[in-house]
Amino acid sequence: MWRHLLERSIYGLLTLVLISALIFVATNVLPGDAARAILGRSATPEAVAALQAQLGLDRPLVAQYAGWVADILHGNLGNSVVTKGPVWDLVGPRLTNSLVLLASTSLIALPLSFAVGILMAVRQGKWFDNTANGFLIGTAGIPEFVLAIVLILLLSTQVLQLLPPTAVLRPGQTVLQNPQVLVLPVMTLTLAIMPYLSRLIRASLIDALASEYVVTARLKGLPPRVILLRHALRNSLVPSIQGAALSLAYILGGAVVVEYIFQYPGLGSALQSAVSQRDLYVIQAIVLIFAFGYIVFNMIADMLTILMTPRLRS
Amino acid sequence: MQTASSLPMPVWFSTFAQAARYNRTRIGIAITLLVILLAVIGPFVAPYEPSAFVGKPFLKPSADFLLGTDFRGRDVLSRLLGGGIPVVWMSFASASVGMVLGVTVGLVAAYSRGWIDQVLMRIMDVFLSIPLIIFVLLFVSLIGTGEWLIVLLVGVAHMPQVARVTRGVAADIVSREFVEFAEALSVPRWKILFGEILPNITTPLLVEFGIRIVWSISGIAALSVMGYGIQPPNADWGLMINENRGRIASRPLAVVSPALCIALFAFGINMIAEGIAGTMSGANRKAGGEQ
Repeated sequence: MWRHLLERSIYGLLTLVLISALIFVATNVLPGDAARAILGRSATPEAVAALQAQLGLDRPLVAQYAGWVADILHGNLGNSVVTKGPVWDLVGPRLTNSLVLLASTSLIALPLSFAVGILMAVRQGKWFDNTANGFLIGTAGIPEFVLAIVLILLLSTQVLQLLPPTAVLRPGQTVLQNPQVLVLPVMTLTLAIMPYLSRLIRASLIDALASEYVVTARLKGLPPRVILLRHALRNSLVPSIQGAALSLAYILGGAVVVEYIFQYPGLGSALQSAVSQRDLYVIQAIVLIFAFGYIVFNMIADMLTILMTPRLRS
Repeated sequence: MQTASSLPMPVWFSTFAQAARYNRTRIGIAITLLVILLAVIGPFVAPYEPSAFVGKPFLKPSADFLLGTDFRGRDVLSRLLGGGIPVVWMSFASASVGMVLGVTVGLVAAYSRGWIDQVLMRIMDVFLSIPLIIFVLLFVSLIGTGEWLIVLLVGVAHMPQVARVTRGVAADIVSREFVEFAEALSVPRWKILFGEILPNITTPLLVEFGIRIVWSISGIAALSVMGYGIQPPNADWGLMINENRGRIASRPLAVVSPALCIALFAFGINMIAEGIAGTMSGANRKAGGEQ
């Protein structure tokens, strides 16, 4: 088991190194490099060359990459082109807000998806299953921003005026002091992942309920509740947990446009404004954080799979 | 030589014919055609020039402007009719780019096995760890926005997932007898990949193509909503949402009408993909139908 876990961690680390190299090469080789981004398009070639030397951009690419990684490991993400201050001052608070959004979404969406998925599987072919399945299939492909717009219309403008349509905070206020701004973004993201996750849980539980050991347990006369909890559910958890981790990783990307629509002060909207201002180091940092998050979620999913599959445990 | 490659057309056709027996497929086809028709014919029947200033900003719907005017006094209905083409062609094109790249990588990986398989799939994993929209934003910030650039970037972002699915379903096929037979006849490698193996995995790949179009619609429209797609003054559904969302409370139509069109398009394609997935047996459905 430890060998599997170790292998998985090394592999995750390797992916992270490769992804950082990809981000580094992309931001340094492509036309819009840092010196030009700082000086603007009208800068003279001499001025660009001078700044490149000052930033160390005239060194070989590998040396630059090594220096960049060393800086990151020391917590130095460079300076923002726009604010001139450290990137971390800009990105740090945004990261906190994004984590709050991610955590609240997981707290609501994961239990809800599991509950609906399990109930659908247990009532397979009955009224609840058919209705919920129809609804989930229907909403499965709807883009997040459309869900966001519908929720704004229903809950904060046209029909009811219960919640603020945007998450603009007064200076000095944090998201946790204003939990009402979380409601609409969390609802949007929950609606976005539920179709995928609930149906995955439903499908894997139905598979497990149809398996031979469940039939055997039923013939042995075990009560349905015991069969469900002790036998079927446990075995259907493996694909479900994989799916849950993938859903969380998916939220990382889907949150960008959701944060933008609700003007939620998270990493996604920070990325959006950094892109519009061509703030290169901020973009690098945020993309790296997203990739890191994705890799970590996948690693956790794989490790839980290893821990929960007896075959791999021994 | 009697192989699957000697019946190329019926493979696709019979899959569609089977899928069309489901109501969800029929609904999907009808809605998708409706949206495409709206996008294609729209520009010709629009009452005004989509980018012409025809009235005051944010006028209420009236006989002159059935859906009102937008934030700069342009006719919302005309912009809706004229703004469908970009998201329609770009999502089909980028999904196609993703399929061509991903299927090629997946087939080569499944057929080569060994270290080539390992290296290719590890590279795919690296690409997979950046969410689509972030991958596109990273490169858009460096190179700029252009319709073809976005199509290409979204296509590349689709590649790893397509490659995974392709490799998964092709893995069962590569060791079948007819492949060994073709090898014994020293059929060129690319012909084995695309002539022998590919025709046997068309159904899961059709489902994947549908899923990729749905994701493309979401991604490309989201980029437009954030201002990184079609640039003003051109008409585009995503851009309309970006331009008018400030007045969603008092003039919802300028935001809701393009959002509805995008949602219907994604819904229609998704229903078709669901229908095709329904034709597959249980084991295949898991490999190609989910997510």
